[in-house]
Amino acid sequence: MNNPQLNKNGELQHLLSTEGLPVRILRNILDKATEFVNVAEGREIKKVPLLHGKSVFNIFFENSTRTRTTFEIAAKRLSADVVNLNIGSSSTSKGETLLDTVDNLCAMHADMFIVRHSSSGAAHLIAQHVAPEIHVINAGDGRHAHPTQALLDMFTIRHYKKEFHNLRVAIVGDVLHSRVARSQIHALTTLGVPEVRVVAPKTLLPTQVEKLGVRVFHDMKQGLKDVDVVMMLRLQNERMQGALLPSAQEYFKYYGLTQERLAQAKSDAIVMHPGPMNRGVEIDSSVADGSQSVILPQVTFGIAVRMAVMSILAGTK
Amino acid sequence: MNIHIKNGRLIDPLNKIDARQDVYIVDKRIAAIGNAPQGFVAQQVIDANGLIVMPGLVDVAARLREPGYEYKATLESEMDAAMAGGVTSLSCPPDTDPPLDEPGLVEMLKHRARLLNQARVFPVGALTYGLKGAELTEMIELTEAGCKAFSQADALLTDTRVLLRAMQYAATFGYRVWLRPQDAFLAKDGVAHDGEVSTRLGLPAIPVVAETIALATMLQLARETGVKLHVCRISSAEGVEMVRAAKRQGLAVTCDVSVNHVHLSEMDIGFFDANCHLTPPLRSQRDKAALRAGLLDGTIDAICSNHSPVDEDAKQLPFAEAESGATGMELLLPLVLKWAEQDDVPMLDALARITINPAQLLGVKMGHLSIGAHADVCVFDPTTTWKVEPAALKSQGKNTPFNGHTMQGRVRHTIVEGHVAFSI
Repeated sequence: MNNPQLNKNGELQHLLSTEGLPVRILRNILDKATEFVNVAEGREIKKVPLLHGKSVFNIFFENSTRTRTTFEIAAKRLSADVVNLNIGSSSTSKGETLLDTVDNLCAMHADMFIVRHSSSGAAHLIAQHVAPEIHVINAGDGRHAHPTQALLDMFTIRHYKKEFHNLRVAIVGDVLHSRVARSQIHALTTLGVPEVRVVAPKTLLPTQVEKLGVRVFHDMKQGLKDVDVVMMLRLQNERMQGALLPSAQEYFKYYGLTQERLAQAKSDAIVMHPGPMNRGVEIDSSVADGSQSVILPQVTFGIAVRMAVMSILAGTK
Repeated sequence: MNIHIKNGRLIDPLNKIDARQDVYIVDKRIAAIGNAPQGFVAQQVIDANGLIVMPGLVDVAARLREPGYEYKATLESEMDAAMAGGVTSLSCPPDTDPPLDEPGLVEMLKHRARLLNQARVFPVGALTYGLKGAELTEMIELTEAGCKAFSQADALLTDTRVLLRAMQYAATFGYRVWLRPQDAFLAKDGVAHDGEVSTRLGLPAIPVVAETIALATMLQLARETGVKLHVCRISSAEGVEMVRAAKRQGLAVTCDVSVNHVHLSEMDIGFFDANCHLTPPLRSQRDKAALRAGLLDGTIDAICSNHSPVDEDAKQLPFAEAESGATGMELLLPLVLKWAEQDDVPMLDALARITINPAQLLGVKMGHLSIGAHADVCVFDPTTTWKVEPAALKSQGKNTPFNGHTMQGRVRHTIVEGHVAFSI
């Protein structure tokens, strides 16, 4: 089966998932992002003209502030024209189908779509539908994938740890519902991380998760033992209603990241979180704000990584 | 009309005939096999040299979408599809709008179908009013109107007391109860098999235990009530094993599988192919192998198309939001032939799964070519290949996981009640 993200020359046509991307493409994105970090830090004017004259449409069928904003900033720094659409509150509620919405935006000469949707596979559907000169970036589809988040996480890890081949990484929390976790797992394994762990109660892990190439832990202390990177996942409040967990308090008691539990990890381990954080539910404030936390740098790097992805896609013919 | 079908290879599973034999039809019935009856004068001769002559197919699950869903398909379009697929008898599940829970609706459907003079339609009536799982339908009245069995279609019955009583009532009169085993709570919001692929794609999942728990309940209640239970669309290895064990213990239970599940698994979803969004979900390769083993040893009695035409807009959506179902009547025969070839199944055994066996499940006298039987015949070319594409399908539904695949075996003539209803 052809990977729908790559064109005939094996170049990145769309960014839909980190799954199945060759390591050279992942590294290329990270390298390119490094250049953009340098641009942002080294200059008064933070803009480069790589997407000058291009129209980037942020189409968000599901609410998001942070991801949409960082994509917007990234596109503007590349000198693109950016249009933000919160479709959750407009056309589909009037009965227009997803692909009708996309067709209308194509007729407005969009060059790139950044899509968030609550249903897994939505970005794939759009990518299969649009003309070949249009690029699609998945900004999160259901539980499936959130590739730019995973890439900025990889960038952060490389920034602090330099290499991937000698790392032990733990992903902690609601893997079952997490598009971030799936994308992180594929990216980490592709980049050569020898041991990726998931740590969660059985109710928050999908069936046969080990087939994604991870080691499964249900005990937080064992799961964090000697790891280099701790990647926390957000716990949604509605999980309590689905009989997946009894209470946020009990979850924090056993799976919350506290200083004491973090002490199981290596002393130079970094702590990451895709945001927004629930302090006191999955992570203790002292850890979130502590010296091992790289949560705010993640956000900064997110802009550079998204610039990298957009500029690479714009260069694909 | 007197028809002489000559030079064909006749395969009639009930009569265990697989030989070069001519078939003679006189006035709606099979008059003779082999030698012409005395004084026979053919009004039409079909030269079946190189072709296979078999009883018309009997499909136990074909949604015609009428009444209520004419935008998906109409009786006219789906009857054409039946003829093109060699299907001369079909039973339609009651999940129309309104559901088939009133004798008047059943009579109307049968009447409309009769006017078209194509496939015979044997409706399956709703087991409960509105398929809501609360009140029993008037099963006697519905039977008199033409219902051959009672079912909940895909509307799952959660109240086990209602299920017990429905079975008791049906058993009182010897009616058949057809149920698809799925626990409504465990399957809630699920769109794919709970396994490797749903985990990778992040699709809400339906575990195998959703099937086995519901099946265990059904089998126990069937044992308790003595009802004739038919298990629809079995999908898992564990489910097959439970039916096998129940049969071994002497329970009067029968079972069918959709032809899609004989050929496909969760892997075929690939990158969110909404045509593979089916009910029940496509399960693992291991389950697929177990379904095939169940067919071979007789645990599974029949193969159906589970024909469910869906309008294109309803499939052009993200996987979970896309409507489930696939068109299938025109693919049933070639897919059964493909299975027979892959698993070395003798033609007599393979074709029994789509003729006499499903006819017996319905309790109708079709599905064979004995002397005196209804002249429902399918004549097909086993070697012709054709490509599945929208233009090649008569069904209004063009949605199928086999889109783009090449099929081997094409129906050339379909005869219903002694008249040639389809020919190419």
